[in-house]
Formats: sequence, C-alpha cells, structure tokens
Amino acid sequence: MGIGQSLKRVDAYEKVTGRAKYTDDLAPAGALVAKVVRSTIANGRVLAFDLHKASLIPGVVRIFTCFDVPDIPFPTAGHPWSTDPAHQDVADRKLLNERVRIYGDDIAVVVADNALAAEQAAGLIGVEYETYPPCTDAEKAMQEGEHPLHEACPDNLLKHTVSQAGSFSFDALSKEKDLCVLQANYTTQVVQHCHIEPPVSYAYMDSGRVVVVTSTQIPHIVRRVVGQALGLPFGMVRVIKPYIGGGFGNKQEVLYEPLNAWLTTKLGGRAVKLELSREETFFGTRVRHAMAFSIKSAIRSDGRLVAREGWARSNQGGYASHGHSIVANAANAFRMLYQDEAGHHFDAYTVYTNLSSGGAMRGYGIPQIIFALESHMDDLALAVGADPIDLRMQNCMKEGYVDPGTGITCHSSGLLECLEKGRKATDWDSKRRAYQNQDGPLRKGIGMAIFCYKTGVYPISLETASARLLLNQDGSVDLQLGATEIGQGGDTVFTQMAAETIGIPESMVHIQSTQDTDTAPFDTGAYASRQTYVTGMAIKQTAEQFRQKLLRYAAGYYKKELENLDIQEGFLVEKDPQKRIGPLSEMAMEAFYSLENAQHITAETTHHCKENTFSFGVCFAEIEVDIPVGKIRIVNLLNLHDSGILINPQLAEAQVHGGMSMGLGYGLTEQLLFGEDARPLNGNLLDYKLPTSMDTPELQARFVETDDPTGPYGNKSLGEPPCIPVAPAVRNALLHATGVGINRLPLNPQNLVEHFLHAGLIEAKTVEGGRQDV
Amino acid sequence: MRIIELEVNGKKTEVAIDERESLADTLRERLHLTSVKKGCEVGECGACTVLVDGKAVDSCIYLTLWAAGHKVLTVEGITGPGGELSAVQQAFVDEAAVQCGFCTPGLIMTAVEIVGTGRRYTREELRKMISGHLCRCTGYQNILNAIERVVNETHKAVGK
Repeated sequence: MGIGQSLKRVDAYEKVTGRAKYTDDLAPAGALVAKVVRSTIANGRVLAFDLHKASLIPGVVRIFTCFDVPDIPFPTAGHPWSTDPAHQDVADRKLLNERVRIYGDDIAVVVADNALAAEQAAGLIGVEYETYPPCTDAEKAMQEGEHPLHEACPDNLLKHTVSQAGSFSFDALSKEKDLCVLQANYTTQVVQHCHIEPPVSYAYMDSGRVVVVTSTQIPHIVRRVVGQALGLPFGMVRVIKPYIGGGFGNKQEVLYEPLNAWLTTKLGGRAVKLELSREETFFGTRVRHAMAFSIKSAIRSDGRLVAREGWARSNQGGYASHGHSIVANAANAFRMLYQDEAGHHFDAYTVYTNLSSGGAMRGYGIPQIIFALESHMDDLALAVGADPIDLRMQNCMKEGYVDPGTGITCHSSGLLECLEKGRKATDWDSKRRAYQNQDGPLRKGIGMAIFCYKTGVYPISLETASARLLLNQDGSVDLQLGATEIGQGGDTVFTQMAAETIGIPESMVHIQSTQDTDTAPFDTGAYASRQTYVTGMAIKQTAEQFRQKLLRYAAGYYKKELENLDIQEGFLVEKDPQKRIGPLSEMAMEAFYSLENAQHITAETTHHCKENTFSFGVCFAEIEVDIPVGKIRIVNLLNLHDSGILINPQLAEAQVHGGMSMGLGYGLTEQLLFGEDARPLNGNLLDYKLPTSMDTPELQARFVETDDPTGPYGNKSLGEPPCIPVAPAVRNALLHATGVGINRLPLNPQNLVEHFLHAGLIEAKTVEGGRQDV
Repeated sequence: MRIIELEVNGKKTEVAIDERESLADTLRERLHLTSVKKGCEVGECGACTVLVDGKAVDSCIYLTLWAAGHKVLTVEGITGPGGELSAVQQAFVDEAAVQCGFCTPGLIMTAVEIVGTGRRYTREELRKMISGHLCRCTGYQNILNAIERVVNETHKAVGK
C-alpha cells in the first residue's frame, strides 16, 4: 500500500456494523434534555416572558431566558483566533438573544428530564415582543435605517471591500472597435448543508471543568469559543469529538456548544443534551449565502479578456457568522481565475438581513461566484463566437501565476489537460455542432464550467497543524491528530501518509479517530480543504522525525551504521547490501524494556504552514430539456479534477461523486424559501428538494494528477471543489440547447418555464375557466 | 408503561415501553442498538430503517407497539457472531460506499431487504428502491455500485 493506493477506509468496519459511536449514541442515560425556545418573529425585541404554564409541566427542571445569560457577546465562526484585533471575528450574539434578528432566534431554553417535557414546556412559554418590520432583501436592507439589526452597523452593511488591479475605463473601452462589452446580473439562492446527523452535543462537569461532547469539525476552536462565551479560561473547557455524521461547513461553527456548556454549569455539572430537530437545523444553524452579482466585461473579438468589473452583494442574514470572508473569497476567485489585459475592479458587500444566517458551506463563496462568472464566460463566448473551452484556455490562470491580492502562487496546474481530456471524453466538438439549431419540445445541449480553488486559508488566516506519533511494543504506532475525520476519509489518508513516511504497512498505524482536546495536539480542524495539505505536512514532518529516532535507536541496539539503515514494510533493513535485520517489534520491545537504555520513542511536531497552492477542475454536463414542462434531464455528467497527487484514488473519486451531487442539487432543485415575514417555508427534508437517488444521474469522476511541489505528498485541495462547477455547467448546457441563458438558480421547472415564456419558446394560453396555462 | 414481547436480531426480547414511543427510540434508548440513526424523526431521511418481518420500515414513524410479536432486524443482527461482515456490509466496504456513515446502517438494511428477494434488478430499479434514503456524502453512486454488486453475486450464487 502507501500513497496512491486505494486502501479501504480505516473506519469502514465500524460504520457498516453500526458500532461507530456518534455523539447521541454516547450521551449518558439520564442526561437532562435542553430545548431552545425560538422566536416566532424575525425582527424585534423580547420584552417579557410568561413562564407560568411551562414551569408546571412535570419533568421541567429549569427555564433560562435571554435575561438570565451572561452579558458576553461572542463570535461563532470556526476560524483560528487572530492575535490582531482588526481580524477577529465579529462578536454579535449572546448565549440567548433579547434582540431578535431571525425567525427562530434563540430567546430562551427549557431543561427537563426528558425530551417530551422539554418540548412541551418550550411550546407553552408566552413571549411579549416589540416587533419591527422584517427585511429579507439585502439591497433594501442597506437603505433602511430605523431598526438596524446591529447597532454597530446603522446601514446593515457588515463590510465592503474592493479588489482592484490596473486602470481602465469602460467608457473609453466601449469606443474601441474590435471590442465587445457585455453586462449581466446573476443571482444564487439560499441552500442548506443537510448533513444527515443533526447538530447535537452534551455537556457535563468533571473535576471542576466543563466537558462538551459534540458533533463538530473543529474541536479545538469549539474549546476556545466556549471559553470566550462563558468567560472561562480555555483550559477549563474540554471538548470531545466522536464520529460525526457529516458537516459540510455547518459544523465549522460554534453554535450551541456554548449554551450547552453554560447550562451544565448552572445545573451543578449534571449532563445536559442539546439536539436540534431537522426543522430547527434548517433555520437555526447556517445556510449558504444567497448572493447577487453584476459582471461587466470587455472582450476582444479574438477572445482576449481586456477588463472586467462587477460587484457581489452577499445576504448575511441575522448574524455575522463567518462574516465578510465568504464573499471576499468569491471576490478573490473572480480575480484569480481569469487574467484581464487591462485590469479589473470588484466590489464585495456583506449585508445583514432577517434571513437565516449564512455561514461556511462547502466551497465557501466559490460556488456562487463561479455560477455567475462561468455563466458570464459562456455569454461572452456566444457574443464573440468563440468555443467555450477555447475561451477559457486562452484567459484562465496558468502555472506560475502569482495572485496580486494574496501572493498565492500557482505551483502546478492540470487545468488545460482536464479541459483537453474532457473535450475528448464528451465528444464535445461534434456535440456542440450537432445540437445547434434544434427545434421541437425536446432539445439537447452540452456545457461546461471551470474553477480554481485554494488549498487552506494561508495567508488570509493562520495555518497550523500538529501530529503526535507513539511507538507501541509490537512496533506499531499510534497516530494522534487534532485534525478531524468528518466522513471525507481524513483518517484513512492520514494513516497512509504516516505509513509511507515511516516505512511500515498501514496495518501498523493506529489512528485515534476521536479528538479530545485533552490529548489531541492542536489543529484548527476540517475546513477549507486544508487537512491533507496542512495536516499532511505535520504528519510528514513528525513521521520523518519519528523514523529518525527509530533508526538512531536501532543503530545502537543492533550496532550498525546509522546511514546504512532503513525501515521498509515494518522491518529494519540494511540498505547496502540490502538485508533485513529484524521486525520493528523486536527493537520496540527492547526500547520499552531495556535495562540499559529504556525509552518510549515518540515524536510530536507542529507545522506552521506558510504556503498555499491552487487545485483546478471542470464539469461537463450534457442535458436534455423538455421545454413545455421546463424540466432538465442530465444525460451525462463528468467532473475532471487536478487535485495534485491522489493519496487514495478510490476515496478521491467518492469525494467527487458527493460534491457533484451537491452541485447538482444547487443547480436544479434546492432552495430554502422564506415568506415576507422571513419565516422559512420549506425547512424540512420533504419540501426542501435534496437530491434523492432518483434525481441523481450516473456520476463520472476523472483526475489529472500533477505533482505539486508544495504539497506534502504532491497533493492539493479536493474536499470542497467537486461541488463548485456543476450548476454553471448545466446552465451553459441549457444555453446551448435553447439559446436561453438563465442567470438565476435553481434551474427548476418554474424558473425555466418563466424564461421560456419570456423568450417565446412556449406560449401562454388561457384555458377554460380563465386559468393561464402553458 | 407496558411490557411487550418481540424478536430483536433473532432473540426473544421483553421490553417495557411507553405506548407512544417509536420503534427507533425503543431500539436506541432501551435496547442500546445505536446503529439505528435518527436524521429527521418524521420518515423523510431513512437513516432509522430497520426490517420488520423482513420488510424495511422507517422506525422513527413506526410505533413499537406495532412490532409486538414480530421480528425486528438491525445492522447489529446481520454481523456474524465472530464479527464477520455479511455480503452486503462487505460490498459497502469494498465499493467505498461509506463516508460519514450516518445513513449507512439504514441503507444496508434496505439492501438486505432487496437482496432477500432473490431477484435481479436493473440499475434504475435499484435507484427507485433506495430512494427513501437520503445521503449527502456519496451522490448514491458507490452505494448503488455496492448493492448492484451484492445483488448480482447473490443471484449468481443462488442460481448455482
């Protein structure tokens, strides 16, 4: 085995036997149950509670309201702490909020000895509000001033940043002949992560400390935020992360752990469990930001991009969460993916509204901008008569690019090869010709879209990871990390990395899958597709040091030349002439129990990563559209990725499948709808159209492997990218099939029919009874 | 509270229940069979799927009372006495059909029901048969590969 081999998941056995324990499986019997009381308005203020009826419910232990919690605002984003106050996350909420900013805001909490009592009591609490008109529209929110959501932002504008390079004027450019100028607006919708395990934690006190067991991607960050929110020294908080049932960014946020931790401190350290229902998860956790974009470009008739300008307005919802960093990430990708001859200008705005709060979700702003930008590129291709692939090849980021905004360098790129391979595999050229000038109700089209994606967050934020290796008596090793397995396969590839560098088979690496902040070395956790890269660097560095310690001990024990020793397949060997000396177990027993030189051989290092690199990919979508009913059928869907060297090809492919499915949901069916009163209308898994197996086509994943010089094993980001290019590829296939470019997601029948009516592809007719039909 | 008798994973079991409680809660809370996962508690996601008399049901919307006198099978009951994996479980491992693992036990139980019919199915039929399960990690691709494989292998074995 080793790097590049498809080792079976190290946690597969536990998961297929049902033995893998998730947070709720571990909660102690007899734990108290907490139920959050949620506001039934989206904007206003709590004036008073009537707790009388609720307190009479048998089993109710305590009720706490927003008037009882500590006056400590805290941030919730799962970012590393910044020692620079200017870069710290916005602290804009308390454990429970008196000022209501979203529908379902956390205003009180019931603790009972069973779930039924807690829920019943929560429903009986009377609340008196002062109500303000809710605002769900980011553009309108910027104009309103009477009741800003947060006092610090009178115009509800959380932040505005500008990305600018070169100087140009569209007025001047539009006078040049041989130049085409095109402007369009694009909008994306609110979607939700829909990890199948709901957010859940339980907290108790042990030896005076608060212990929180939680379904999280970021145990060390949870510890820090709980400490901040409760005003506790961080060492007084211990966080344990068992197996988790998916996160996708929603568990890169510290949402209910602080409240849960506080409850146990108020209840004598008794265990308290706090689990959200599926419905609460939709509006009470985080969503993907809805964004609106304008993009205007000047392009030469030969396809060269001359200048681009645009803006993005990100609908933040009620709380800052990850704040402006998500739309700022989108603005960065706008600049990075294509290089303009003269320059570009891009404004990014993050605006508070009364919608459910936007936070981190797989791709972190990039699915939104790539929908806008890649739709726009196909509009440009159409305008100048260029082939969409050629246009991208001509203008996209190439190897050696150094981003002027962040300094991130493109150390390797397989993007052009991905495009070439995809062109051939999909029979692109002949299909582009064949699907021209179709008529009739069923039409086919083929489209594509590309993306670039950073690997981790350096230099925007801290990148650090630690690893610890401990020798066992049988020569096997324990691998301890602060990095987390969240379903992506992290533990398996970490095992492969350690085995490869030490020189032992994977069966001799025992990875600790549960992170406990008491024992797991510091790592910021699973997000930004960073762990195989940043944690991988820490594993490689630690494993090299560990290996050196083993070799040094062996040289003394076996009385051999250190330089001539090696570890291969779990054996100590002499390199020249090649000869096995003995299994590692022999030396390990000596190291443990030697009467002359006993030592526990271990290694632990931290890698402070100050490097970054780009991964790339493309999605090709071939579709058939039924014009009268506005329905898209996917005929063929192919993602090609350059994520550097693949540590585990089978798991990499599986990761791409999941991302493609998420991208397809984003493109075709998913949207969380809100009423005028900002109340979610379809916040459940029946009405929110998460793709089922019936909605998902065969998913094809291919790779172009580049050997990235900065990746610890030549590898680059992979976790998030697969979901990024799917929606615009489908939109561009629809443009090819029908000539109608739809700039608003999702591409569901309602949206398509509306556009087809407008384009005259179908006619509205009035049928008997006066009903308008199509 | 009421005491009922049912067969769980091949073993006659007496359990005291609240008459209002779901089979999922009984299995998880009272019998500690935590392979039964709860993702929505209203029958939308399929994570809590178990077999009752060989038929897949969402145990979160199935009253325990209804299971009285019947046979209930969970993933714990299909693993061999020495921890051996059944053919369905092995196929999920081999085809990388497992990611976060939360939907896995429920999907495996539906696969056991499908395999139990002894019939062969087209890919499209299988898609329909597992459509009561939601998975956010896999796009269903490798899950279908695993089930297709085990259905075909079983059919081959039975055919002999």
